[in-house]
Amino acid sequence: MLARDAILVSMAVVLFGIVAVPVAVRKGRRDWMQLAYAAVYTNFLLVSVAALAMVYGLVTHDFSISYVAQVGSRETPLFYTVISLWGALEGSILFWAWVLSMYAAAVVWINSRRAGNLVPYASATLLFISFFFAILLVGPANPFGSVFPVPQDGPGPNPLLQNHILMAVHPPLLYLGYVGMSVPFAFAVGAMLSGEVEGDDWTKITRRWTLSAWALLSAAIIAGMWWSYDVLGWGGYWAWDPVENASFIPWLTATAFLHSVMVQERRAMLRLWNLNLIVGTFLLTILGTFLTRSGIVSSVHSFTTGTIGYYFLGFIAIVMVASLVLVAGNSERLRSTGRFDSIASRETVFLLNNLFLTAFMFTVLTGTLFPLVEEAVNGAKVSVGEPFFNRMSLPIVVTLLFLMGVGPALPWKAASSSEIKSKLLPPAGGAVVMLVVALVAGARNAYALLAFAFAGYAAFANLREYWIGMRARHTAHGEGWGTALVRLIGGNRHRYGGYTAHLGIILVAFGVAASSTFRSEHEATIKPGETISLAGQTLRLKEMWGREEPQRSVVGATLEVMNGTTVGGTMEPRMNFYPMSQSPVPTPAVRSGFFGDLYVNLQAFRQDGSNATIRVIYEPLVPWIWTGGGVVVLGALIAIFPVGVGGARRREA
Amino acid sequence: MNWKRAGIAAACVVPVILVFGYGLTKDPKEIPSPLPGHEASPFALEVFAPGQPPLNRAPGDTVRLADLKGQVVVLNFWASWCLSCRDEHQILSETARSYAGKPVHFLGVLYDDEADNGTKWIAQMGGQSYPSVMDPGALTAINYGLYGVPETYFLDTNGRIAYKATGPVNERLIRHFVDSLMAAGAK
Repeated sequence: MLARDAILVSMAVVLFGIVAVPVAVRKGRRDWMQLAYAAVYTNFLLVSVAALAMVYGLVTHDFSISYVAQVGSRETPLFYTVISLWGALEGSILFWAWVLSMYAAAVVWINSRRAGNLVPYASATLLFISFFFAILLVGPANPFGSVFPVPQDGPGPNPLLQNHILMAVHPPLLYLGYVGMSVPFAFAVGAMLSGEVEGDDWTKITRRWTLSAWALLSAAIIAGMWWSYDVLGWGGYWAWDPVENASFIPWLTATAFLHSVMVQERRAMLRLWNLNLIVGTFLLTILGTFLTRSGIVSSVHSFTTGTIGYYFLGFIAIVMVASLVLVAGNSERLRSTGRFDSIASRETVFLLNNLFLTAFMFTVLTGTLFPLVEEAVNGAKVSVGEPFFNRMSLPIVVTLLFLMGVGPALPWKAASSSEIKSKLLPPAGGAVVMLVVALVAGARNAYALLAFAFAGYAAFANLREYWIGMRARHTAHGEGWGTALVRLIGGNRHRYGGYTAHLGIILVAFGVAASSTFRSEHEATIKPGETISLAGQTLRLKEMWGREEPQRSVVGATLEVMNGTTVGGTMEPRMNFYPMSQSPVPTPAVRSGFFGDLYVNLQAFRQDGSNATIRVIYEPLVPWIWTGGGVVVLGALIAIFPVGVGGARRREA
Repeated sequence: MNWKRAGIAAACVVPVILVFGYGLTKDPKEIPSPLPGHEASPFALEVFAPGQPPLNRAPGDTVRLADLKGQVVVLNFWASWCLSCRDEHQILSETARSYAGKPVHFLGVLYDDEADNGTKWIAQMGGQSYPSVMDPGALTAINYGLYGVPETYFLDTNGRIAYKATGPVNERLIRHFVDSLMAAGAK
């Protein structure tokens, strides 16, 4: 009850803050501004009280709280009890509101001393978004309802969510990334409201915020893929599910923004475009939440819900109208002052990169929303599946890979023809090598071959940038190679962070291309002692077993990986049976190597343990995808890391 | 501010919101079955669970759809391994009993399961008032376009499929269809 009161009080505080900002600006009252900032901090405190009270309720199994009665259970391990804070609709909205209030407080804490009206208006925008989530928490997504009579025990979280450690990682990363996009959006709106839109301050202040949100979103998408791969037992990691798309679409516009904002900073161009990208990214995150939380599309992620969709719809309508009106109304003031000097320049490649990323975004968005539009217009039920997305996205992805190799090699402004030759030709070696490797491995599909070749090209081009820089330091300063690398990166962290992120994306591209081209699988029903073979690996079924755990029962198969006649290890695919679930939750066993995974799933079994149906999938290069995700995040961290450490050392040198 | 441009931008939002608003009124999981209105596929299936008097049939009897002409038929596909079948079992059984003597025939069809398991399950659940039949090779299930269990088909007195319920049924739903189909058949 205390928690719900905290949310109610926070609404009043937030509302006051929203009103205080324009008053402070109009009348030039600094004291009102301070009050608005105090409202931001107070909101953070109050929402924290509510969120921590919920965690306390979950941990102490207080089933008189509706959310605890819905997702809690005495048998669930403590860890999964705590993370079930975001395991269902109401809790996830509470968590969202908490993260948002934390971001708002941090933004104010860091920037409150800046003169001008940008920060106050940005804070008011963040408070406005907070207010919406507070409305959800007292209205359609109230987690603090009271249950009477108080049940003795609850059903526990959704089995899919308590089956894997990544559930502790994927949702919060996604929320942190999604909510993080509110910060650059708030500053964009703040810039327009305060009339500072012609300056580039809002992009500079939010650079780290955008990068962190982007990195978190990237990590969330990869973690989601990994979770799906490790839990769902189908051996895949991406299915163009509407909600997967919902997380991917804003990622595309955010990626485009990260590139085009450099053109704005360097060459004073694309101001209006960047404003559109960041507003679009935020709108797409809200759209994504709307799709996930309203049950408007059929998806593995959708929670069954009541009226919350209409609240979201209202919010989307307000935010869309307000931000589009602001952008369109300000558009005349956003003329570029710089201009393009040459086709052969880095900014041209950035422009193409933006063009293709946006095209990609529209493709995925169209495919995701088409069923909705079709039903509204023609009343027909259609579904848009993988064939559409794969066919449409392959040419775009291949082109983007190529651009990723060309961009870093070209200089700003204009490249001379000798520069073009010396920069763009050598990476072709990487392309040829990868093309030959792919051909030898048996790839014949044109797009697969292009993907390998261009990924090879991009890998070569990006690695070459490191090499050139390191060699220069090595010869000029006589530094060792390791020192040279560290100081090179430290000296220009934006640039080398970007290249590192590129390398991560290239790893992901290799993983995706290889696993979709060279995947092979085999399914058989075998008895203990019999074997199943695939891709040169042989597995022998040793035994079937069963085990009771407090919250579930587990049936598993022990398979021995054979090295000739000796046993090289065991794999244990399992099925977990949860009392509240109608179908078992599979837990495949994965054995990772450098070149790929052996992925084993228990499909079915005889109850007496006399046979088991085993599906073995060989998944080439899939671990590269997860590694690539890590490298992308590393790249972002390099670019985010505060100036000082590397830079200072460089000056010493 | 350029209010003309702002107005155009705001107008662009309207169709988007309308489409979403319309989408919210629809259930994406509800895929309408093409079967209602069509003649039900004929079947001849052997009774394995007799049911209780007065609705019982002797085990080993063959139930033919053709013989049920003139009656409303409620066809419930179930399995002993199906958890939500447990939720609707008692409702189906009791509602069926309340219609004893009326021109309506309830029939359980065991899907992808063995007779022994089915019999044990019925005993465990406290009996079933109407008979259940085996569906060897799931041929009937395939003919009826079964998507999962439980699913319940309501056939009118002319042997046409009037409605298909996916998932557990409730008493109101059963009564609604049985009563209206009986009334239509009596005309």
